Amino acid sequence: MEFSELIKTATVESVLLSCAGLPPVRGTLCITSHHLLLSSCPGGDGQPGTMELWLLIRNVDAVEKRVQNLGWYQPPRTNDSPRDTRLAGSSGTITLRCKDLKVLQLEIPGMEECLNIASSIEALSSVDSVMMMYPFFYRPQDLRLEEGWHLFPLEQYFQQIAAQTSQWRLSDLNRDFTTCPTYPADVIVPAAVSDDTLRRAARFRQGGRFPVLSYYHPRNGTVLLRSSQPLTGPNRKRCPEDEVLLGMVLDEGERGFIIDTRSAQAAKQARMTGGGTEPKSSYPQWKRLHRPLERGRPLQESFIKLVEACNDASLSMDRWLSRLESCRWLSHVKAALSTACLAAQCLDREEASVLVHGAEGTDTTLLVTALAQVILDPGCRTVVGFQGLLEREWIEAGHPFHLRCARSAYSHARLKQEAPLFLLFLDCVWQLSRQFPFSLEFGESLLLTLFDNAYASDYGTFLCNNEKERCLCKVKENTHSLWAWLNQPEEKKKYLNPLYSHNPLVIWPSVEPQSIQLWQGLFFRWIRPSQYLDEARAEMQRLVEGNEAPAKESAGSRLSRSLSDPAAWTENER
Amino acid sequence: MEHIRMPKVENVRLLDRVSSRKAALGTLYLTATHVIFVENASETRKETWVLHSQISSIEKQATTATGCPLLIRCKNFQVIQLIIPQERDCHDVYISLIRLARPVRYEELYCFSFNPKLDKEEREQGWKLVDLNEEYNRMGIPNDYWQISDVNRDYGVCDSYPTEVYVPKSATAHIIVGSSKFRSRRRFPALSYYCKDNNASICRSSQPLSGFSARCLEDEQMLQAIRKANPGSDFLYVVDTRPKLNAMANRAAGKGYENEDNYSNIKFQFIGIENIHVMRNSLQKMLEVCELKSPSMSDFLWGLENSGWLKHIKAIMDAGIFIAKAVAEEGVSVLVHCSDGWDRTAQVCSVASLLLDPYYRTMKGFMVLIEKDWISFGHKFNHRYGNLDGDPKEISPVIDQFIECVWQLMEQFPCAFEFNERFLIHIQHHIYSCQFGNFLCNSQKERRELKIQERTYSLWAHLWKNRADYLNPLYRSNHSQTQGTLYPQMAPCNFLYKFWSGMYNRFEKGLHPRQSVTDYLMAVKEETQQLEEELEVLGERLANLQKMQLNDNKIQSKQQDRSKQLGLSASTNSLANTPQEYSSDLKSFPSRSPSQGDEDSALILTQDNLKSSDPDLSANSDQESGVEDLSCRSPSGGGCLPSEDSGKDSDEAVCLAV
Repeated sequence: MEFSELIKTATVESVLLSCAGLPPVRGTLCITSHHLLLSSCPGGDGQPGTMELWLLIRNVDAVEKRVQNLGWYQPPRTNDSPRDTRLAGSSGTITLRCKDLKVLQLEIPGMEECLNIASSIEALSSVDSVMMMYPFFYRPQDLRLEEGWHLFPLEQYFQQIAAQTSQWRLSDLNRDFTTCPTYPADVIVPAAVSDDTLRRAARFRQGGRFPVLSYYHPRNGTVLLRSSQPLTGPNRKRCPEDEVLLGMVLDEGERGFIIDTRSAQAAKQARMTGGGTEPKSSYPQWKRLHRPLERGRPLQESFIKLVEACNDASLSMDRWLSRLESCRWLSHVKAALSTACLAAQCLDREEASVLVHGAEGTDTTLLVTALAQVILDPGCRTVVGFQGLLEREWIEAGHPFHLRCARSAYSHARLKQEAPLFLLFLDCVWQLSRQFPFSLEFGESLLLTLFDNAYASDYGTFLCNNEKERCLCKVKENTHSLWAWLNQPEEKKKYLNPLYSHNPLVIWPSVEPQSIQLWQGLFFRWIRPSQYLDEARAEMQRLVEGNEAPAKESAGSRLSRSLSDPAAWTENER
Repeated sequence: MEHIRMPKVENVRLLDRVSSRKAALGTLYLTATHVIFVENASETRKETWVLHSQISSIEKQATTATGCPLLIRCKNFQVIQLIIPQERDCHDVYISLIRLARPVRYEELYCFSFNPKLDKEEREQGWKLVDLNEEYNRMGIPNDYWQISDVNRDYGVCDSYPTEVYVPKSATAHIIVGSSKFRSRRRFPALSYYCKDNNASICRSSQPLSGFSARCLEDEQMLQAIRKANPGSDFLYVVDTRPKLNAMANRAAGKGYENEDNYSNIKFQFIGIENIHVMRNSLQKMLEVCELKSPSMSDFLWGLENSGWLKHIKAIMDAGIFIAKAVAEEGVSVLVHCSDGWDRTAQVCSVASLLLDPYYRTMKGFMVLIEKDWISFGHKFNHRYGNLDGDPKEISPVIDQFIECVWQLMEQFPCAFEFNERFLIHIQHHIYSCQFGNFLCNSQKERRELKIQERTYSLWAHLWKNRADYLNPLYRSNHSQTQGTLYPQMAPCNFLYKFWSGMYNRFEKGLHPRQSVTDYLMAVKEETQQLEEELEVLGERLANLQKMQLNDNKIQSKQQDRSKQLGLSASTNSLANTPQEYSSDLKSFPSRSPSQGDEDSALILTQDNLKSSDPDLSANSDQESGVEDLSCRSPSGGGCLPSEDSGKDSDEAVCLAV
């Protein structure tokens, strides 16, 4: 396939771009294989620089077009009035709704151009082949390809554990991804369990996701494990190897908790389709707790409804809260935080090990294990530690980013497997950062950047669904790592929380409804003017860092900043 | 004291509202002014003090095996749940508190016994801190258009107005008195705020007694005088803050609103803010939501919406924004009224003033604003906040709503206010506490008769003394947000109105952010300031040293010259000082020494070293304390693991009580 085949019209002059809360910009619109580029007419209005918008076409979630034929309403005087004059008066508006929730409007002179542009964007944005995506073409000058890809080897994480206990070992039984196609090559497992036993246990777990170590709690040596559901099925099958594996985690007389992220009812029903849950009789040391968390389509719908409500300007105050409630998003935040707190509490307070799973073990399971670690482990609350956590607990652990983040909240396409679990995780971390404003080294801006990049990115970090696919596509060889970019000193500085001070304690958040707030910085990022809050942030920075006067910004650079996603507004940069 | 049947009860348990498992055992004391609970736990002996005047309701619940529960709800939104072992003791406490919480005479109130150990002079100084004449002078009044009128000097025209009222110069006493006769409770139009940049003003009054057709020439002249006091504008907005239906219903009772046909050049506008009864019920409903035990997100959001509270807050804000825009953008004067012009009118005028004038966003200015729009214009504090036993239907959270509006604005404009959230909370607290005399009675007349200023202390002086605690670290007088009019986002802005848990759940520490950014930044700011001052001192020292060295050299050279002249050797001259001696002088100079402040400990700030003026507001220093607040309770009570789940159906999940 050639990209050029998809581009019907490559350039249109005099296109007016508008975006809520910002002055409109007129310029030339170009479509390239991966970008939509709008370059403002230079010199006009005495403006010195040229403004350029670079929008990654992958970021476009929905294209809406509306054509007006300006001549249409004029009563035709004669039958032979030339058709051309009508066309000359025609124009079209394209509304681009982006995955990062930004909404852009392009006013394009000429109906045909408008339709062509719209269909080109539609075609380019729905290219689904990973290898055709922009990260495989993006070659920034100041980064090397291999940089950032091997920052967080599991080996290194394992060494920290090995320094404290010999009960765990690093196994590479999955090096060819045959035992479990969604696990990475290396996993941490009980030292006393052989690879052979693991292989058999894997056959008893959906998708081969046998229980592996997710987090070792150094304070008391308890562990957090994750897996998928056991395949007990309607006949209550058992698997001695799986029982041995879980038995080995606990000493004699010790007990552990299994947190099932489905309701008891749903777990029971799963038996009919071959799944199920650990029966007490087979796993006597483990006690099962059910904490139903939403996933899949209902979660995606919740996200869509929330974004819709946030964009609904006609909503009056007396309906806003019930509308917010009916979206259910905050309920999902509360449930996710509560469950993660429960897991953390089992480890830290009850001194018991915990196994977390739902059905497939790639969604809510990872949400809970990752969140529990942010709560428990101060190491995860630094910029680098958080990246390591994402790498280990989301990317390598096989959260299917490609499927889940294919579409965002605006798409009209039929839902397939989209679900904003990663966004839910980021939201929960934001809630933590709000309740513990000094305890996270990074600020809201990092969470926003991660959200943006998970849905559309210049970098390969969130591509594909698991390590196996990444190997097949040679992602690590042919794309740049997001971490390499984020960790450049100049870049990293933008994401730091000026109030951070290391807090070695567990951060127990409040999960009461009064304490959970809508993440305005994300859901209203492109709707509310954030000038006053930005000023407050700058003031905070100024106070903490000393008395340098905050640099006065020109209107132009503010425009470019407030529109900035990694690939958006830049001033003549590229 | 005669009302206290039971001064002391032992073995009382104080329940924690969030997690009912947590309870503190202690002793309950009833004093003439406070209910005090002292925990037995020897290491802390934590004390909970509640002023009688803060008690809004006491509920005795059915006796259980553990004792007799007593529920005390406070006006500052604290809820105290006690369990008293003996039913009889509980009854005695209950009866005593019922009486103590409802004083019948002003003299019973705490402010008449409260003694902060200030002498008479300090007390008088305290009352002088806020001076309204000074405030009107600041606005630029009196001037060519406005003057002070003594028509109400002995409260002869309107007994709920102050003696000194500002009116248009062209409004004669005859017009004022005539107009007052055509207004509810004789509350004639008077000046609340004047914008000296464009002469536009905000005036306030009560509703006209227009009925269906009545007119009053003087009232019409009065409004015309107000319009003419703003020569730049050819009309006047008259804003009725009531819902139209309410205003129309009032016509049947001979009251109502201005008929645009009768008044020349007015534009009449309704802004629907509900009455005090609706607001009282709304607050009640919202507090019920706050009191829910482990509510779900849906319970909370639904409950909050059904209470209508945030909708009412927004209505008040919208009215304030409308007026501020009329004054600042259109340059048009506005007359505001509701029914009596002492509740909604006060709210709306003060919100508008706050938006218009940065002065009111400073600490001192905010005190002035409350003094001007609320205290002096006869907001009925005693009736609204139930200081004395009275008609419960008169009680309504009118000023609470205004205070919340300010908080909502602070959330939207974090750098615009000199004061912080704590300042608002303390003012709310003291409106109900009756510890200071400022908010006593229903009018200036009553306060003068009671000689409040001679017998009680002023809250403003108290707050001013502790102003360091109330500063907003992000405030800077030269910041752009502290200049000019604030324009809050209008639509879509529903999400901007948030539930204020810092106020309504302020005693549930577990619900709030565990680390206070304000306190931290304040400490950082202080530290920076201190270092800067030191730098300055050191700089001065250095400059002095250099100067002195220079002088010294000069002196020495002069002396040498002189000694040469006199034929004396310089060394014998005792006047020749040496630099060392200067430096020994400088030793007594205030400089940083290890004993004065440990740099390290001052830089590494934890909340524990941050003080807070009132014990009830102290920051939660235990970062781990959140653990009991989780609705996910401890997974199991202990070693009951096998027994609990060894039933026949091994697939039955363990569902914990949540």
